[in-house]
Amino acid sequence: MADDNSKYGWPAAEQRALIGKRISRVDGPEKVSGRAKYTYDVHRPGMLYGKVVRSPHPHAKVVSVDTSAAEKMPGVRGVFVVQGAGSEIHWAGDDIVVVAAVDEQIAADAARAVNVQYEVLPHFVDDFRQPTAVTEDNSPLSQGDLVNMFTNQVPEPQIIKSIQAKGISFDVGPQMVDAMRANRISEDVIKTLQAAPKKEAQKSASPYKKEAEQTKGDPDAGFKDAEVVSEGTYGCPVITHCCLESHGSIAEWTDNDHLFAHISTQNVSGLASQYSQALNIPAANVHVHQDHIGGGFGSKFGVDRWGVYTAQVSKKAGGKPVRVMLERDAELQVAGCRPSAFAKVKVGAKKDGTLTAWQSESWGTGGPGGGGAPPMPYVINIPNQRKQHVAVATNIGPARAWRAPNHPQGCLITMAAIDDLAAKLNMDPLQLVLKNIQLTAPQEDTYHRADTYRDELLIAADLIGWKKNWHPRGQGTGVVKRGLGLAIHTWGGRGHASNCALTIHPTGAVEIQMGTQDLGVGTRTAILIVAGDTLGLALNEMNLKIGDNQYPASGGSGGSTTIGGISSSTRRAAVDARDQLFAKVAGALNAQPDDLEAVGGQIRLKSAPSRSMSWKDACARLGTQPIQALGKNPGPGDLISSGVGGAVMADVSVDTETGIVKMNKMVCAQDCGLIINMKTAESQVYGAMIMGIATTLYEEKIMDANLGTMLNPNMDFYRLAGIGDIGELVVHMMTGKGYDERGPIGLGEPPTVGPMAAIANAVANAIGVRVPFMPITPDRVLAALNPQGGSNATV
Amino acid sequence: MRPFDYVSPTTTKQVTDLLGKSWGEVEILAGGSDLLSLMKDEVTTPQRLVNIKAVDALHAIANQNGSLVLGALVTLDRIGAAAQIQQGFPMLAAAAGDAASPQIRNVATIGGNLCQRPRCWYFRTGHGLLAQKDGKSLVLEGDNRYHAILGNSGPAYFVSPSTVAPVLIAYGAKVQVTGPHGVRELPLEKFFVIPKTEQEREHDLRPDEFITHVIVPPATGVRAAQYEVRQKEAFDWPYATAAVALTMNGSTVQSAKVVMGHVAPIPWVSPEAAQALQGKAVTQATADQAAQAAVANAKSLGHNAQKIQLARVAVKRAILKAAGGAA
Repeated sequence: MADDNSKYGWPAAEQRALIGKRISRVDGPEKVSGRAKYTYDVHRPGMLYGKVVRSPHPHAKVVSVDTSAAEKMPGVRGVFVVQGAGSEIHWAGDDIVVVAAVDEQIAADAARAVNVQYEVLPHFVDDFRQPTAVTEDNSPLSQGDLVNMFTNQVPEPQIIKSIQAKGISFDVGPQMVDAMRANRISEDVIKTLQAAPKKEAQKSASPYKKEAEQTKGDPDAGFKDAEVVSEGTYGCPVITHCCLESHGSIAEWTDNDHLFAHISTQNVSGLASQYSQALNIPAANVHVHQDHIGGGFGSKFGVDRWGVYTAQVSKKAGGKPVRVMLERDAELQVAGCRPSAFAKVKVGAKKDGTLTAWQSESWGTGGPGGGGAPPMPYVINIPNQRKQHVAVATNIGPARAWRAPNHPQGCLITMAAIDDLAAKLNMDPLQLVLKNIQLTAPQEDTYHRADTYRDELLIAADLIGWKKNWHPRGQGTGVVKRGLGLAIHTWGGRGHASNCALTIHPTGAVEIQMGTQDLGVGTRTAILIVAGDTLGLALNEMNLKIGDNQYPASGGSGGSTTIGGISSSTRRAAVDARDQLFAKVAGALNAQPDDLEAVGGQIRLKSAPSRSMSWKDACARLGTQPIQALGKNPGPGDLISSGVGGAVMADVSVDTETGIVKMNKMVCAQDCGLIINMKTAESQVYGAMIMGIATTLYEEKIMDANLGTMLNPNMDFYRLAGIGDIGELVVHMMTGKGYDERGPIGLGEPPTVGPMAAIANAVANAIGVRVPFMPITPDRVLAALNPQGGSNATV
Repeated sequence: MRPFDYVSPTTTKQVTDLLGKSWGEVEILAGGSDLLSLMKDEVTTPQRLVNIKAVDALHAIANQNGSLVLGALVTLDRIGAAAQIQQGFPMLAAAAGDAASPQIRNVATIGGNLCQRPRCWYFRTGHGLLAQKDGKSLVLEGDNRYHAILGNSGPAYFVSPSTVAPVLIAYGAKVQVTGPHGVRELPLEKFFVIPKTEQEREHDLRPDEFITHVIVPPATGVRAAQYEVRQKEAFDWPYATAAVALTMNGSTVQSAKVVMGHVAPIPWVSPEAAQALQGKAVTQATADQAAQAAVANAKSLGHNAQKIQLARVAVKRAILKAAGGAA
């Protein structure tokens, strides 16, 4: 709970001139007019172009690499072998060699001239089939297993338990500990690793790793207690991030051991240490810059192998700037997968809808490392549970965090199972969820989570016309059938570590610096809103600089941690600076500093607003000495909290002859504590809902089983939702008492979670049967309607 | 993209002089919306690119004794927007005006639309037109959810990608092809062929020929409509399309042309469906029967059985729409 008694506490509602209002992005005009410079737009003087030789094989050993012909080509300035002879390649498209040349065509010619010989190894890309007869895996965890758990944001207690139970197959040296600390891995995990038994790694031929069974309560008794049991299989495939701006950087050496990198990143302040480790130079020698990012969605926290080799090939080319941006096919193949998740589920309830038991056998892949179990049952904590997960190691490509890692998968499987149960109980699923709403309350329910969900469900129901439009499953006449579905979701979103430097100059100028980045959150606008409300200034009266690691460090934009981090550090810096200014001018106003307030460009007495002086006059009294304040998060006076929720409801029409699903409308009622900017908050939810529609209806990383390669590494067949496909979207943000006093909480990820389940449930409601797997394409809808499978097909 | 020579002739004679003797040597650049992506992906690696946009005669929309004459370089956007096409050939205006995306329609030409290469994902990822590896078909062994359900006895399994071609065929359009020995004209229906070897293409052109005009005979009294089964509103490839042109005798069908798209390596004309409609009034039942006849010989490759249903629905809905009933 945010602490209102601190001097840093958020201004009361009546004192907010900017916070919570609908304010357009300050960088909006720059972006829509094309003036904003993204990394992709950066052209450095004398810049060379990099091209990458990629493995055509999904699993292979590099036997030899011959770059001699490429090196001799005129215009080629550097060749760097990324993975030389002996390297094992685990997915198609993996980087083998990079060449840098004076233009793109020469670089492409040179890349083609590189001769790589491979020993092709067997590959496996099938994550859809349920693993059978798999025995529990007790082999020690590899470094890759651990990284995979971190990437998938497996809960810390689960990681610790797993390390203790299985042991590890690698040494935990001081360098690794430093790296983990740099990546904000908790001390508890580090200690557990240091104490973990070291065991010999076992080479397993099976792609399946069965996790230990997890139980809660007494599942057998729970199912015995149940009067109705529903069973089903549900799941969603691997999808990719498909960032509008692909990954990449322009790296140059300003001298022998100083690197300057323009890079597309969610993590401006976090990259220097990564470069430092990979290139063996001090982190202080690495300068990272980015003005704007064209999408990351969790896939741009790292320097990445390609970031490192861009710097390495630049060095080979005498330090000249080298640009390597991934081509679209590479981006879709190598730059991130959201793990798949499938589960066979059994869920039981009393006739009145009281949930009694949950059982799931789940599986899924996050690439070569397997993949963790999504949180199930999601949000609704059914008292008795039995869960078993099998991680499937594949050559599909490495997993990366994709907005709210694992939540959309867990939400789909849970909410679909509960929706099917509601149908079996002849109950309205809204009533079933409301009946069990107390199961959503966390153990320490300091902010009445269950009540919030109830409120959100009722608001969403009102906005979508649930009472009027909902009908029992499959009822409805005509070829095109309409249905409604719902889901609820959650996320943490506590603000990250952040530092904000704020300077008030004697001229009245205000300068703010922060090593953060502007993603969907609208970081620039949010910082200026907080500073403006604290100093009594308008947004355009301050000068803000972000996107560079020369400014005070701020966390990576992941886990929806940005808004809490940057608004708190800004608030603390602005309050400290303002109070110093009050101290300077209180005498002139014949008042105590505590009696003053900064409002509308004036410093004035709270009790007698007419006794005032302009901001400029006040600052002039500073003489020659500017005020400098550094605000930190975390810091004095807790300004933020964690834990949000939302309810999503979808209204769809399904053509039962073609199986085509059209979105009519989708609504989301969402809480996120104190809203800094209503307009960008709503935008976050709109964007998240659109992503949810695309993942439900269109997106899939389609792999060919024989080739082991991706069949749709292009935007012809890796399809996203267009403006005509999204229907009407309605957002309701929860505000006021009960929300505002919690302080700002991250919002980007949670609304991406619910849509897949809500739309899938709406489809089931419309056509009367469950379409179990995403994306909900015509063939799947028709197959669900006609389980015999295309009766007119003559195979 | 690999290096190539670029030439920009201004007459059809110059164009044919610059074309190659075998496929793959030379490519024609019109709108470039397909060709450039093929070249960037190195699926197509011509040594010479012949830009034909400087041939002025190929840009015109003309009327010859009631026939519509489209220069090969007329863009889809212009076809969709031209008043004379909207009035005389509404099905053509609708299909061209709804293809791909506005950006693509602004540059894509009718000649290029008819000559665009298949969207088969094995072809597009470098496995060749027939997608064979070690003597086996990658399509049959792999993921064929979007592949052919008709004319799929092999070795070609891709589907013809044009949504406009079936419409033109239903209207009885002809193409005018120019080569070193002059001009020849053939029904568009005969223009498309199913290749049997990797060296062939999906049409009747010889390497030194190119489309100069498309001629659509007058469609007075013809009731025509098309239907696309497509998941997204824009910029999406359909699962199946159907174009239907009906010549009515009172309330019964005198003759019909039924053409399906995205179901076979060529636009697929169904005489069976036309036969089923002939002499009958268009009702839900006759439309159903004709649609059933259209896919009677369809067969699944393993993952595309639902396309048979989708093609059937496309035909049924196009017939009903053409007849003025509810689609």
